[in-house]
Amino acid sequence: MNIALILQMAADTDPQRIGLVCDKRHWSYGELLQAARGAAENIAESGCGHIALLDESSEAAPIALFGAALAGIPYVPLNYRLADADLAALLARIAPACVIGDVERARRLAPDGGHSFHSREAFVAAAEASSATASGEEREGEGIAAQIFTSGTTAAPKAALLRHSNLLGYILGTVEFASAAEDDCQLVCVPPYHIAGISALLSSFYSLRKIALLPAFDPDDWLQLVAAERVTNAFVVPTMLARIIERIDAGAPADLSSLRAIAYGGGRMPPELIERALDLFPETDFTNAYGLTETSSTIALLGPQEHRIAHTSNDPAVRARLGSVGRPLPTIELEIRDEDGKPLPAGESGEVYVRGEQVSGEYRGKSALDAEGWFPTRDAGWLDDEGYLFLAGRADDVIVRGGENISPGEIEEVLMTHPAIAEAVAVGVPSAEWGEAVAIAIVIRPGHETPDNAALRSLIKDRLRSSRVPEHIAVLDAMPYNEMGKLLRREVRAHFDRRS
Amino acid sequence: MKPGTKLKSAVCDTEVMVIRGGDGEVMCGGAAMSEQAPAEKAAIDPAFAEGTLIGKRYVDSGGVFELLCVKPGKGSLAIDGVSLQLKEAKPLPSSD
Repeated sequence: MNIALILQMAADTDPQRIGLVCDKRHWSYGELLQAARGAAENIAESGCGHIALLDESSEAAPIALFGAALAGIPYVPLNYRLADADLAALLARIAPACVIGDVERARRLAPDGGHSFHSREAFVAAAEASSATASGEEREGEGIAAQIFTSGTTAAPKAALLRHSNLLGYILGTVEFASAAEDDCQLVCVPPYHIAGISALLSSFYSLRKIALLPAFDPDDWLQLVAAERVTNAFVVPTMLARIIERIDAGAPADLSSLRAIAYGGGRMPPELIERALDLFPETDFTNAYGLTETSSTIALLGPQEHRIAHTSNDPAVRARLGSVGRPLPTIELEIRDEDGKPLPAGESGEVYVRGEQVSGEYRGKSALDAEGWFPTRDAGWLDDEGYLFLAGRADDVIVRGGENISPGEIEEVLMTHPAIAEAVAVGVPSAEWGEAVAIAIVIRPGHETPDNAALRSLIKDRLRSSRVPEHIAVLDAMPYNEMGKLLRREVRAHFDRRS
Repeated sequence: MKPGTKLKSAVCDTEVMVIRGGDGEVMCGGAAMSEQAPAEKAAIDPAFAEGTLIGKRYVDSGGVFELLCVKPGKGSLAIDGVSLQLKEAKPLPSSD
């Protein structure tokens, strides 16, 4: 199996059709396939072990992805936002690689790895130059399509491996071939090193939906591109949606009349933000997608109709589903399990386990799958009576105080009922007496007084047990998030370490 | 039959990729499919001439075989002479 099949089928069906628009250049499926074949020829000749992309999104991303696939070598998109030392460590782990993009920086950080360095323009030009003589042969290699370093919000980045069979399983199970209308256009603004950046390319090419690529997210550029390309579909992370709405509220020029659907994921969606978006764009279809790098993107989703029903319902259980990530895909098995791995009934909180063809759960050197092929996601969550999945943070975030397991989510939910609190995070901090003690960090809503510590403690004590009452309280100007909108709990924890 | 194996028709342009396979002969247009297309195409059996559609998945009633059509053609697919059925997929909203 080879994901190059996706581009091959698109090019066979309609070689002239435009598949990608980037920096005003239009690429047909035929041109993209030719370039990918040329890239594969150059890659195979170079003898490198990985194709690394150290760059913002451009046509080089799909050409490198499919070129690497044809050459039978893993594609490794790197996070260009990493600090020099962290990036140098990753470059050392993939040596020798063809590194595409920021040549100057890569050369400076990894001069001795046997890497070859190619600017975006040089890589694309060489691929096009070789396309005429390229064989188009599919090489199998190790069967790994992509190697993605996880963001490491809790520990050092892990090299997650996605096999051709995982990614193809995901696409064949979720996308109907050539199902897009001629004028459909998907705006892709997630960085190429994120799993959603890869799945967006695969899904759009397989459905024959044109991609308008935004090299780096900026809310004004996003609004401009939607209007200019008559974008019909977009994927955003919650922070991007918040910034887009902020700009619309501030009067930035916006014509969203073509935009039929917005999918979101990659981090927790604040309920007030999605409620606001549904009010602001009543005609738009919203889809919440939950997935992990290790699962080849989406494993559960909350669809447009479910958004509308939840948004307008008077039933609290139905309304609450706006805060869920929906139900598992038909091709995914999902269970909630306790610490001993025993499946739990609806309503009980535990760890989310999944199984399916798209689930890799494999890292360089080891697999996290159990004997029956189940992947422990390390996400904590529970299912309601109708199978809607509610996430409650990472399983590693559970606070263990004197042998009692405390979910940060339950404390955070109570704090969020306070009118002055905009954001609340609970973490465990080392305690000589309890092993871990509860610490909370809060951000105050503009124009509100900071509640005193005693009031916060009694709020929690009245609603929950006394073991949940925080020993440490910090008021922050803003919570630490990474660029994809993921909360960095380790940094909140570090804040308390510095204080003690 | 290994998943990922590509089979070509002996009677038309059809090409399939095996998603799931078992024991049995994969046929198109009444003739066995193979990894190498024959130099000259054989005649199509009119009983298996409904055609294949690119991007569609075809399954047997026992759920053993699943084939993805990657190139369309005039023949229709069968296992050991028993016609395969189009696999219906419920459309999902785009999530990426």
